[in-house]
Amino acid sequence: MSMLRQSLVILTLTLFGLGSSISLAKPLTYTLSDDEPALRVGPGSEVAQNNCLSCHSGDYIETQPPKQGAKFWEGEVNKMIKNYHAPISESDAKIIIDYLSNHY
Amino acid sequence: MRRREFLSSVGSVFSLGALSESTVSRAFAASEFVDLPFANGRRPLVAYPGKRPLIQLTARPPQLETPFEVFNEAVLTPNDAFFVRYHLADIPLSIDPEKFTLTIKGHVDRPMTLSLQELKSKFEPQEIVAVNQCSGNSRGFFEPRVAGGQLANGAMGNARWKGVSLRALLDRAGVQAGAKDVTFAGLDGPVLPETPDFAKALDLDHARDGDVMVAYAMNGEDLPWLNGYPLRLIVPGFYGTYWVKHLNEILVTDQSFEGYWIAKAYRVPNNNCFCTEPGQSGFASTPINRFNVRSFITNFKQNSSCRADVETTIRGIAFDGGFGVKQVLVSLDNGLNWRASMLGEDYGKYSFRPWQTVVQLPKGTHMIKVCATNNIGQSQPMQPLWNPPGYMRNCVETLQLHAV
Repeated sequence: MSMLRQSLVILTLTLFGLGSSISLAKPLTYTLSDDEPALRVGPGSEVAQNNCLSCHSGDYIETQPPKQGAKFWEGEVNKMIKNYHAPISESDAKIIIDYLSNHY
Repeated sequence: MRRREFLSSVGSVFSLGALSESTVSRAFAASEFVDLPFANGRRPLVAYPGKRPLIQLTARPPQLETPFEVFNEAVLTPNDAFFVRYHLADIPLSIDPEKFTLTIKGHVDRPMTLSLQELKSKFEPQEIVAVNQCSGNSRGFFEPRVAGGQLANGAMGNARWKGVSLRALLDRAGVQAGAKDVTFAGLDGPVLPETPDFAKALDLDHARDGDVMVAYAMNGEDLPWLNGYPLRLIVPGFYGTYWVKHLNEILVTDQSFEGYWIAKAYRVPNNNCFCTEPGQSGFASTPINRFNVRSFITNFKQNSSCRADVETTIRGIAFDGGFGVKQVLVSLDNGLNWRASMLGEDYGKYSFRPWQTVVQLPKGTHMIKVCATNNIGQSQPMQPLWNPPGYMRNCVETLQLHAV
């Protein structure tokens, strides 16, 4: 193979390679809906909304077994604070536990 | 690794699942609901891009359960029906397959950063059919009820995974003497930096058993986005919590992994049944690991009917933690008498094993039970076992069937 021909082949391969990498270098994207259920409205719901829903949607609460009482919800709120380090103040935690045990 | 450390600055070009904007928003609108058979079991059916309408447990992060009738369609669960489970809401929404890399580092001689192309071309591909099942599959049936994702029986699926053996990757990197654990992390991460990022670990022997693999394909296609595109860890026979999605980092360590997601979460009572009496506390615990044995009838819904006095096929699936299903027994009289069923095609010891039996039922209501045994003699309890986190339910299932 002549030097010229060899260079042409290399040039062509390079261009082809470059071309294909340009055409493929696209990020793939995924779209999530922002359609989320609202929390049940009542005393404390705004505090719950501001704290709980910053990390997860309200269906995490809505789908729990019904009428489990304050001890159940205290356990859940404390888990969020201790295990997942949710920055919930002591006074807000109390309001949230009351709200959850009264409404779910 | 957190997703935003990796995010490409280029905007959206096209979506996996190729849906137009309007299709996406329309697809999300839930028009139907299902009622799972426990208190507070109403769920919307929601179609995410690349998925058919699935039972939505939560929206942010998305958690989707497979409608149970899908398990009657085929032994391999279709990709668009495969269940989805995330823990933390910062999930990757933009991934560039040309720039994505998997890093292998830590106690290895040759740390590596591999592109998807290198992973596919420089290593021998491996395929395995394996069930993935959420630790909390069927949690909604626990009595007394327990906190957590309230799932019926659809947080499981069976797929043909294709990828590279983790052993081959570790051998190429050269694991150093004294290595103990291999830890895995993916692109998804927490909303708050203080929340423990999702990471799991396997001990070195398990990681090198030849079956654990890094998968880039599922049932002959790229992994669905919500099932961990472009790479996920496959840990055959082990609960889904180990199957790290969007896998981009493998770290070999000379110490036992002490991260939150094994040290504190996903733990079961450390006894033979992995169970306690309700209300009991202060028990020793161990990380959840291998599936127990389960079996299901798939071709009749609870409380449905069939024709009396004619030959009727009852069929279903069974699986275990990787020893293989030996037999599936069926009782037509609520557990008094048992008969063998015929096992179907064997896709390997980690797969759903189909089974069927032909029965002729007299007019009336029948309580039909199904119970599988695996190759090391493990079976299913007649009564449900209980534990505080609601994991590992595997009791014998009962179908109420009306012959008319």
